[in-house]
Amino acid sequence: MNTFLTLERVSKSFVSPTPIVDRFASWAGRPIVSRAVQALNDVSLNIGEGEVVGLVGESGCGKSTLARIATGLMSPTEGKILVQGQDRNAMGVEARKKAQISIQMIFQDPLSSLNPRMRVIDLIGEAPLKHKLIESQQKQEYVAEMLNLVGLDPTFMRRFAHEFSGGQRARIGIARALAVRPKMLICDEAVAALDISIQAQILNLFMKLREDLKLTYLFVSHDLSVVKHIADRVAVMYLGRMVEIAPNQTIFGSANHPYTQGLLSEVPNIDARHKKFGGIKGEIPSPLNPPSGCHFHTRCTKVQSDCTLHQPAFKQLSEHHYSACHLNTLLRP
Amino acid sequence: MQPVLEVRDLTVDFNTRTDSIRAVDGVSFSLSPGQILGLVGESGSGKSVTGLAIMGLIDPPGRIVHGSIKILGQELVGRNDRELTRWRGKDVAMIFQDPMNTLHPLLRLDTQIIEAILAHSKMSRRQAYHLAVDALKKVGIPAAEERMHAYPHQLSGGMRQRVAIAIALLHRPAVLVADEPTTALDVTLQSQILGEIQELCSELGTALIWVTHDLAVVAGLADSIAVMYAGRLVEQGLVDQVLDHPLHPYTAGLLASSPSRNPRGQPLAQIPGMTSATANKQLGCAFSPRCIASTDICKTNKPDKRLASSQHSYRCFNPVVQNGYSA
Repeated sequence: MNTFLTLERVSKSFVSPTPIVDRFASWAGRPIVSRAVQALNDVSLNIGEGEVVGLVGESGCGKSTLARIATGLMSPTEGKILVQGQDRNAMGVEARKKAQISIQMIFQDPLSSLNPRMRVIDLIGEAPLKHKLIESQQKQEYVAEMLNLVGLDPTFMRRFAHEFSGGQRARIGIARALAVRPKMLICDEAVAALDISIQAQILNLFMKLREDLKLTYLFVSHDLSVVKHIADRVAVMYLGRMVEIAPNQTIFGSANHPYTQGLLSEVPNIDARHKKFGGIKGEIPSPLNPPSGCHFHTRCTKVQSDCTLHQPAFKQLSEHHYSACHLNTLLRP
Repeated sequence: MQPVLEVRDLTVDFNTRTDSIRAVDGVSFSLSPGQILGLVGESGSGKSVTGLAIMGLIDPPGRIVHGSIKILGQELVGRNDRELTRWRGKDVAMIFQDPMNTLHPLLRLDTQIIEAILAHSKMSRRQAYHLAVDALKKVGIPAAEERMHAYPHQLSGGMRQRVAIAIALLHRPAVLVADEPTTALDVTLQSQILGEIQELCSELGTALIWVTHDLAVVAGLADSIAVMYAGRLVEQGLVDQVLDHPLHPYTAGLLASSPSRNPRGQPLAQIPGMTSATANKQLGCAFSPRCIASTDICKTNKPDKRLASSQHSYRCFNPVVQNGYSA
């Protein structure tokens, strides 16, 4: 399998501007304390052509930042992004534009990502027209084709986004992304806000599109049952770092990292009745002031003295299984 | 055991300029102390309105057309706001999905919690303060005394929800209505909060109504389940009965469409179509346009409640029959 998208040691920090009081104080000799949030910290990820990678983690772990960097909506502070083996920063203007539109994003809330003053035909038709994929007289036909593709009636194309139900809006969002003929879709919590029966319809649509259009997916979600169903490989993030990457069966069968194990034991399941809920203790620490060493050590049940001091290496355990935990080096040198 | 909550034939209408929409249509159920009921349905099914009605929070243009809600044997329907205030927060309390909307953004936690305590009990502010700190400790808030001086925006989402739960449980209510309080939270936080609610409810003997669209949470939490569709309870029973032997095609469809009930990577079983606000206006069963088992009678008659066993009831002419368990 060829690699479609590679993130190579990507980091992203957001620096908040220094308050004016502190700037005055710095003239008087007080050092400036930079308030930087390290949203991504040395994250690497390969996504093969036609592969579905699930990305899971709690809020604030950096999964949305990663999705935004992968689409090119944001540029990383450090690290490289390769699209089909080519560095996106080293590309020429045309090639870069092409690489950019080959990766499209689908957002959580379709209503806030669709312009309320535009009709469906323009919402979907604008981008392909702008990128000269179609001529203006083809627009109506092309939009109809896209609507058929996502299972919407083409007679709806003169309507506004607010005239549709949640599930239909999700379909419009997907049709808009597909209109520029992308090779990859990045879904940021794309089914989180939908009712169960609608969620099933949209997930089926994603899987059908994958077959029909040979699409690659990065599926960002906090819902592990959805990720388990759809993903080939699963990446788990915690506080800006990748903690484990493994094929679906490995993650859901024999997860290595204590965080992944904890996360999995929390997933509610229809067949787990009268459960005693407990949960991983504590909350995700503030990214402004992350714990030393392994970020997870404050909540980990298997914490060792080493964990508070050093960041664990991202160790390869088997062919496709990587995990960042000190226990792997301590117990299995 | 004497039920703490008895809802009989509850019907709520919302008037629009030209029409009226029936949000809740003849809902009946009862709860005994400490029992946990999962009220499941999709958006617009009337599950939240049922919860609000129990709190006495149906405001115009909505109105309770008929039916009765009894808490600890006392009728709530038909009372005015002033009388209802005596119940709200004391015998019946509610937690909402977004705690940012229930906590006052400009008041410190101590002010809000002490106010809630003094609203229903006579004691000094000092006593109330200690009670408030205890309440925060009980829901697992670390450094509770320092947190008392914080404003809601200084807390994380999970902490805010914990404060909302602490306030709801201050007066040991007989009934607690929880309207999707963990939907916006991460799996780990959801699990922590579910654990705390479970513990507190069994300790205080509070009956809990958990309103949600997430069947998986209800499976782990609830004793019994009531499934709503277009304002009606289409199926109710004990958790194991309903989830293992669903009788209504809608319940069966919901369960079948859950990713964990489907082989990996295969298309999910799905219920075709969607609900509409006027689904219950039609002559027959509101679910019949989406139903695979629909027959002629479904299009003309609304099914009455039928019993499969003493605890398990459903409203359908063509219930799902499966391995020996049938109606």
